[in-house]
Amino acid sequence: MMNLMRLFGGRAGSAPVARERLQILLAHERGRNGGPDLLEVLRSEILGVVSKHIDLDPDKVVVKMDRGKFVSMLEVDIEVPNGVQRSMMVAAT
Amino acid sequence: MFDLINVVQGVAKLPQALIRDKRLENLWLLPASQTRDKDALTEEGINRVIADLRTKFDWILCDSPAGIERGATLAMRYADEAIIVTNPEVSSVRDSDRIIGMLDSKTVRAERGERVEKHLLVTRYDAARAARGEMLSIDDILEILATPLLGIVPESQDVLKASNVGSPVTLNNANSAPARAYIDAVRRLMGETIAMTVPVERKGLMDRLLRRRAA
Repeated sequence: MMNLMRLFGGRAGSAPVARERLQILLAHERGRNGGPDLLEVLRSEILGVVSKHIDLDPDKVVVKMDRGKFVSMLEVDIEVPNGVQRSMMVAAT
Repeated sequence: MFDLINVVQGVAKLPQALIRDKRLENLWLLPASQTRDKDALTEEGINRVIADLRTKFDWILCDSPAGIERGATLAMRYADEAIIVTNPEVSSVRDSDRIIGMLDSKTVRAERGERVEKHLLVTRYDAARAARGEMLSIDDILEILATPLLGIVPESQDVLKASNVGSPVTLNNANSAPARAYIDAVRRLMGETIAMTVPVERKGLMDRLLRRRAA
């Protein structure tokens, strides 16, 4: 169909594709520009709270934001070392 | 000959590095070093030079390297106003969007809660291709970047011709379409109200005949 349209002069330009690519890129980048600070703040505060009770490797606390069309998912992934006392584990969960 | 880095490092005084333009008597140039590492430039060094220049000149044009690297952030750091030069390509509009974000957050004015006034200058524009849907249109670009338009410079062979001989297009061929576009943009920047059009090439009969033969 596209080929037919091109043949008969109704050439589909590439500008709409450029527009769409830009909109997707910028939606992603603008979201990120406001994002790193917020996620970093969240990460360090979560790390601070959990570290009061459990010894954590700071690098094993991962905070991610997955932006969806309608809702976004804040994902907090904390790896806890195995040496932690059982009572603390119960309290932490 | 001294340059910006020499002045920033205190090796030379500002007047020793300023070069008077041969064509325009009220234009002075301060070259950035082409050989030395630009990492020698510091924020406070630039601050000093610009503060010094402010006491001597009405307008200080700080040419920024293309893109979003450190050179660009240094160039915009002390700006009162900014002209964002973009062309209708995805990569260019994308970088412009990043730069606009930085102008609103990483400049001294932004940090003081003031605004850097922004102007958008679109270059290498081909109205016919945009009309055929082969190029992002001015409206597309304005919608994406949401920044006031200062001017539209049409794609033209005159730009390379002028660049080849080391002259600004506005001096090399002041009647050419890009030259008129730049002159209009400058007048808008100075506060004049000028209708926003894309200047087109004026073709005389001889010009057309010659061009046809040459082709």
